[in-house]
Amino acid sequence: MSKVIMTVDDSASIRQMVSFTLRDAGYEVIEAVDGKDALGKVDAQALNMVITDLNMPNLDGISLIRALRALPSCKFIPIVMLTTESQVEKKQEGKAAGATGWIVKPFKPEQLIAVVKKVLG
Amino acid sequence: MMDKHREAFREEAHELLTELETALLELERMPSDEEVIGRVFRAMHTIKGSGAMFGFDRVAAFTHDVETVYDRVRNGKFLVTKLLIDMTLSARDEILKMIDDTEQGETEDNAITEAISRSFRDMLLAPETPPSVDVPVDVSVDATGDTGQPVIDAPEAPSVDEREVTYRIRFRPESGIFTSGTNPTLLLNELRDLGPCDIIANTDSIPFLDIMDSEVCYTAWDIILTTTQDKNAIRDVFIFVEDNCDLHIDVIDDSNQTDAKPEYKKLGEILVERGDLNANELKTVLDAQKRIGSLLVDSGMVSTDQVQAALVEQQHIREMRLKRQASESTASIRVPAEKLDNLVNMVGELVTVQSRLSQLAARFNDLSLIQVAEEVERLTAELRDNTMSIRMLPIGATFSRFERLVRDLSTELGKDIVLNTEGAETELDKTVIEKLNDPLIHIIRNSIDHGIEMPEARKLAGKPEQGTVNLSAEHSGANVFIRISDDGAGFDVEAIRTKAVEKGMIAPDAVLSEKEIFSLTLTPGFSMAKNITNVSGRGVGMDVVKKGIDALQGTIEMVSKKGVGTTITLKLPLTMAIIDGLLVQIENVHYIMPLAAIEECVELTREDVASAHGKHIARIRGEIVPYIRLREMFMHGGMAPAIEQIVTARIDDVRVGFVVDQVVGQHQTVIKSMSRMYRDIEHVSGATILGDGNVALILDLPKLAQHAEMIEKQARHD
Repeated sequence: MSKVIMTVDDSASIRQMVSFTLRDAGYEVIEAVDGKDALGKVDAQALNMVITDLNMPNLDGISLIRALRALPSCKFIPIVMLTTESQVEKKQEGKAAGATGWIVKPFKPEQLIAVVKKVLG
Repeated sequence: MMDKHREAFREEAHELLTELETALLELERMPSDEEVIGRVFRAMHTIKGSGAMFGFDRVAAFTHDVETVYDRVRNGKFLVTKLLIDMTLSARDEILKMIDDTEQGETEDNAITEAISRSFRDMLLAPETPPSVDVPVDVSVDATGDTGQPVIDAPEAPSVDEREVTYRIRFRPESGIFTSGTNPTLLLNELRDLGPCDIIANTDSIPFLDIMDSEVCYTAWDIILTTTQDKNAIRDVFIFVEDNCDLHIDVIDDSNQTDAKPEYKKLGEILVERGDLNANELKTVLDAQKRIGSLLVDSGMVSTDQVQAALVEQQHIREMRLKRQASESTASIRVPAEKLDNLVNMVGELVTVQSRLSQLAARFNDLSLIQVAEEVERLTAELRDNTMSIRMLPIGATFSRFERLVRDLSTELGKDIVLNTEGAETELDKTVIEKLNDPLIHIIRNSIDHGIEMPEARKLAGKPEQGTVNLSAEHSGANVFIRISDDGAGFDVEAIRTKAVEKGMIAPDAVLSEKEIFSLTLTPGFSMAKNITNVSGRGVGMDVVKKGIDALQGTIEMVSKKGVGTTITLKLPLTMAIIDGLLVQIENVHYIMPLAAIEECVELTREDVASAHGKHIARIRGEIVPYIRLREMFMHGGMAPAIEQIVTARIDDVRVGFVVDQVVGQHQTVIKSMSRMYRDIEHVSGATILGDGNVALILDLPKLAQHAEMIEKQARHD
């Protein structure tokens, strides 16, 4: 059974690109437009991984990560944050919230796959 | 694919820019509304991020400055002014233009964008409105800059010209590592991809089950990795966990040190270098005279795991250095075979002398002498193994000789046959290869002559006209298996049986397994040639093959199916010069039995003998095993001890016991051939000199079994 990855991003084009790339690599993808939307979709299906943007309306990425980690089903899954910021603080904030790793935008599809493989095995 | 994404981005950007415009106008009315500032920032942020993703680099670069300004606004460092709104609005229009322009290519309006960018940058350089700590701002945007992105294309990264470096990586993840979604085993697997890798888990910190928290990571790892990648590539593996673990990466060996000996640092040194132990502690312990590893563990200074890890490091480096040396000195020298034989002989004598030394040392019970004896024993064993490996030759040369044989023979017979060989690189002792030649020729000839049918017959049987003979060799433990298979007619079990009955070899009502029937063809005087096929031919008896393989201490197994083909498997020992033997004793005479065939040793008491009613049969693990009393066979006088030993061996798939007085033990046996006068003696395949200088005969167990069988048969006939 293919692994399920949720991509959370308020930018439709990024979502599209992430989903396309991941589906192409054989993963199943669930899309969410922001943190709130993501939390609403978590229960629907067991997730193997979450890729989330940080800056989003309604519920931002950091808060989403915190909320996910509080759920038993998401306690140990890899969560990777997409960030345009190269600033250390943001990364650290994310890591402190429970993020597994990060991908810095802009990234190429291959880089996305490489990071997914790295944390998902 | 990219174009599709670009189009999607363009659409999205239009929406975002519209949203931006609305937000900006709202902001003008409510300059301190955080929510609206957030919307402006996010719009800029997304345009920048997504723009860079889909190749709108100019948009991304341009938007970056604007976004940076709004980031400050968001953090309360700048106030929203009318000027800022004006600037942002014009910037927004510029972005829109850029996004649409890119369709035609690069825009020429560089001047305007430059001007806008400059004014934003000026703003950043100006003192912040609410005076606060001056934060150095990075205004340059480069999409590929050091963003902390994991170096994804590490494998292609220019590595230092194939130089192999060995690293010691100590990785102790934080106890809460699992809750960040990190799976440490994935990291270890990633390291494995970088090169030869030894990984030791340090499990010292794992508590007892009752207090263990399954969500906590208690394990740490020591990894010894040899790779051509540089340190950064290793760091990259850990990029996501760098802050959540204790990570040390040290170079411990470098292939540039070509003169380095395979001997690596001593265990103690490694532990000290790793900081697991301090030098003084080491010194105190070193004064004692035990293996340092166990001593250190006993004294509680380091744990077993730590010692284990250090030992693995030592081993890893040793192997790497050895490999390096091997690759550096691939040059070979030619040596006359005679010199090699001499060397082997001398090593053989040395082994003999060494075992005498060991015996003496044991008898005098002198500690210093025992020490020397043990040292000599170790060296001798190494010397023996090395010398034996020199004698090993690939069997390929022999194989290629057969190609010619197959070609010539098949043309002569009007058959179309191809020979496939496999495992030509398999190594065997030189003498074994030499003696293998004739048996192999016989078998292959048989296959071509009697096995593979004429092309017409094959066609009728629905087989390809071209017949195939496969010749393969492979290692398995201390043996080499050589397989000769053909897709010919196979043995006709019934025909063989009829012939055997005709010749009086078996009783007409004898119940024989297929295997037993096949093995009949190995009996002297049984010629398959005239019986199974009518090809007039060389009629090479398989008994010749059997003899040859027996001489090599090997065994033959045949599998055949009528109409499908025959496979003959030869199992041969790797070497002939020195074998592992079992030293046994009858009265005061010693004999050696080749260990390869021996299964077990069990006691035989007088009661056992009595209960068998004079029959030479013992019940071993529920199986009836016939045995041979070597005492009687070799006509030793005297009385057998109350408890004798049966050594059971498997010969041609039948268990046979050999009764001796006493089993002394395992013995490294240097085989000496008997002088010409004794050469024809059956039951004995050679002799060896024991540690005390006495001679022990090496028994030929299959021959002994055959002999006993013959006597039995005669007895029955009488």
